[in-house]
Amino acid sequence: MNKKNKIKKVPFIIISGFLILFLIGIALGEPSRVLDQAKQVCLSCIGIG
Amino acid sequence: MESVRKWFQVITAMLVNGNWLFPFTKTIYQGPLKVICSPGLNCYSCPAATTYCPIGSLQNLFAGIRVTLDNGQYFLGAYVLGSIGVLGGAFGRLICGWACPFGFFQELLHKIPSKKYKIPQKMNYIKYFFLAVFVVILPLLIVDKFGFGTLWFCKYICPAGTLEAGIPMIMLQPELRANLGLVFYNKLTIMIFFIFWSVIASRPFCRTTCPLGAFYSLFSRFKVVRLHLNEENCTKCEACHNVCPMGVKFNESPDDLECISCLACMNKACNYDAISMEIAGIPLETIKEKKVSIPIT
Repeated sequence: MNKKNKIKKVPFIIISGFLILFLIGIALGEPSRVLDQAKQVCLSCIGIG
Repeated sequence: MESVRKWFQVITAMLVNGNWLFPFTKTIYQGPLKVICSPGLNCYSCPAATTYCPIGSLQNLFAGIRVTLDNGQYFLGAYVLGSIGVLGGAFGRLICGWACPFGFFQELLHKIPSKKYKIPQKMNYIKYFFLAVFVVILPLLIVDKFGFGTLWFCKYICPAGTLEAGIPMIMLQPELRANLGLVFYNKLTIMIFFIFWSVIASRPFCRTTCPLGAFYSLFSRFKVVRLHLNEENCTKCEACHNVCPMGVKFNESPDDLECISCLACMNKACNYDAISMEIAGIPLETIKEKKVSIPIT
């Protein structure tokens, strides 16, 4: 029963790792690049042209 | 609980596709919300889309990686990978079951009365090929003379892109029809194929092709919110096998890569409180709906 109710730490370690990756991306200015891409209709990407 | 999930799917689909002015603007939403990651597969060239598609964005970053590195910019996909990694670590494929518009679309198609077929389990592994090859390797390695790669999955495969972006864009901007060629008709065929397949089989795209589902499935053992099997209560009646839309045999494989945590097994099948929801290892009280009767032989 105790084992069942023990908080699992591994998911939080994994999330922390990806959170650091996310923050690194922000520090490198990647969100502006993502935003620029998402604002454009990439016709060739959707099979047109 | 099933109705809660359905409403959650509807609301999520509306939120990530909240630009309802597109019939008047005749183009896509270009506001600041597009810096937010869509949890499910949702094409950001869809005129209604208000968030970015992580699979499209990752391919775009990988395809342009040489050029940006030459310019001294390190756009390696950390922001996008970080976003879907946090989502995956917290929820895994629960997102497929609760927050993916294309998954919801397939569920609706599957409600059309017809003879239903199972999908062979071996086909589940095809989606890892699409993730590795079409999303990562090909956009990184095959580049044009300017150093740009191609978004292979979006361009040649993605039926969500055809449905949400390709078709609406040629309706909104008829002049684009002059540019339609083999690539578009190939994608249209793939989309129609998946539509028919979704009618006769449950969530075929999610199970065999979706690279985002493949990524989220990697967290199945280590996600915060997951279903838990209480083996002491399980009678191995196999009722959970019959209700799972993903073909998971929950009592045999509680951490199955295909489990989308739709709770069908918990709410519609198990009469013995053997399945419960847990958050980081702490089980929640099971909220039971009216159960179907299960013959025990």
